[in-house]
Amino acid sequence: MPQPSSSVRFDGVTVRYAGADRNAVDGVSLEIPSGAFTVLLGPSGCGKSTLLRTVNRLAVPVKGTVYVGDTDAAALDPIELRRNIGYVIQAVGLFPHMTVAQNISVVPSLLRWDRARIAARIDELLELVSLDPSRYRGRYPRELSGGEQQRVGVARAIAAEPQVLLMDEPFGAVDAIVRASLQDEVHRIARRLNATIVFVTHDVDEALRLADRIVVMRDGKVEQYDTPLRILTSPANAYVAQLLDTGDTIRRLGLLRVQDAMRSVDGTVDAYIDGARSLREALNAFLNGARVLGVQKSGELAGILDFDDVRRALRA
Amino acid sequence: MTYLSHHVPQTAQLLLQHIELVAAGLALALIVALPLGFFAARKAALATPIFGSAGVIYTIPSLALLALAVKYLGLGFWPLVLVLAAYAQFILIRAAATALQSVPAAQLDAATGLGMSPTQRLLRIEIPLAMPVFLGGLRLATVASIAIATLGGYVGAGGLGDDIFFGLQRQYLDQTLAGSIPAALLAIAADALLRLMERAYARRITA
Repeated sequence: MPQPSSSVRFDGVTVRYAGADRNAVDGVSLEIPSGAFTVLLGPSGCGKSTLLRTVNRLAVPVKGTVYVGDTDAAALDPIELRRNIGYVIQAVGLFPHMTVAQNISVVPSLLRWDRARIAARIDELLELVSLDPSRYRGRYPRELSGGEQQRVGVARAIAAEPQVLLMDEPFGAVDAIVRASLQDEVHRIARRLNATIVFVTHDVDEALRLADRIVVMRDGKVEQYDTPLRILTSPANAYVAQLLDTGDTIRRLGLLRVQDAMRSVDGTVDAYIDGARSLREALNAFLNGARVLGVQKSGELAGILDFDDVRRALRA
Repeated sequence: MTYLSHHVPQTAQLLLQHIELVAAGLALALIVALPLGFFAARKAALATPIFGSAGVIYTIPSLALLALAVKYLGLGFWPLVLVLAAYAQFILIRAAATALQSVPAAQLDAATGLGMSPTQRLLRIEIPLAMPVFLGGLRLATVASIAIATLGGYVGAGGLGDDIFFGLQRQYLDQTLAGSIPAALLAIAADALLRLMERAYARRITA
């Protein structure tokens, strides 16, 4: 029975670690809508992980309130709260003495699901993260590659259908190629998953690739909270502009879709592109010699696009 | 070696007694050392007094400690078991504390973050992952206890110390060897067995 996902709201949240001379998180107020994929972005030490950890009470605010749904997280039993919140960390943290199946079933068995339901869920999750259940169920973490381990880490985090999924630099420890495929995977899973996702990273491209909304942080404070495109087109200040290198138009093209920039069919086309592709990919086609691209939506010609359309889209 | 070949049943019985003494000593030692090691690992403020007291006991010569135990408990089985347990504290408390602290932060963070209670985390994650390091300490304590238990010959506790003690008294080297050789072999066997367990555990928990 999938539960509705919960919004997460921070109200004046301040965290200060014992012995620290400044606040790790400094008066953050923002609301993450239910079901959104939100990325906390910033350099190390900016407080993004700490802010994330206030949601499942691994970090405790000295001031302010974190609401999960409508409930003050501080009013809930932390153990109950955490069982309803998925949690993925960079170091993965799979339990080495347990098989893949046992790792994935940690939260369902804490919640006392019956055995048949757990077994079915394990297979369902392994398929969801693209690991063949019959091959991987009985393996130990040491028998998996780094990328496979993190897939299992994600499966473990979403096993009990959490309303909120927290991901703390989950792909920071895997190589670039594996990271790209894991990002695609998470993007795909996120759409199928009925959860509010809060994702921490210091990797700008990762943030742009995954986020519905980005929270840019510095020194424990929020510098800007907006959609990737709006942050690139109108950065709130010089810090945001520099961090995201907003002058890089190619980066911005990666966020715009062909079907939003096309115009109606007119004249001849010399190559085709799917409407869901980015303008960055269209630009690539132009640089490879195409002059006019035919834009396809569900296999049918829906419009055309040339280089001037791309430039127009950037000005819009 | 003629003594040993003529006294196989007696030696076997002394060997069994020896194992009993060591097992009883270690069992009593664990009952005390495991909780102390746990508290020392959890609260830094407790670690210093706990390690300190165990260290003080460890510096007392074992024979002197045994004499003290006999004064209060009389001769026989119990004073020796008490000395074995007291002696093993230093190694076992440290082993338990170090073992718990050796569990990687990532696994602890994941366990807590997934919603395990402190007790669930201890039983399901920390203890299994701490096992190899702890078994290393248990191995040292076992070998040391097998050696110290030979003092049983002085206080009527039985064990292989009987042969060593009487052999020395009668300047009868053969009888001394009939006690010391099995004791040495017992120590070697225990060491090997626990080493195997340690390795099997370590292999299981390699990430």
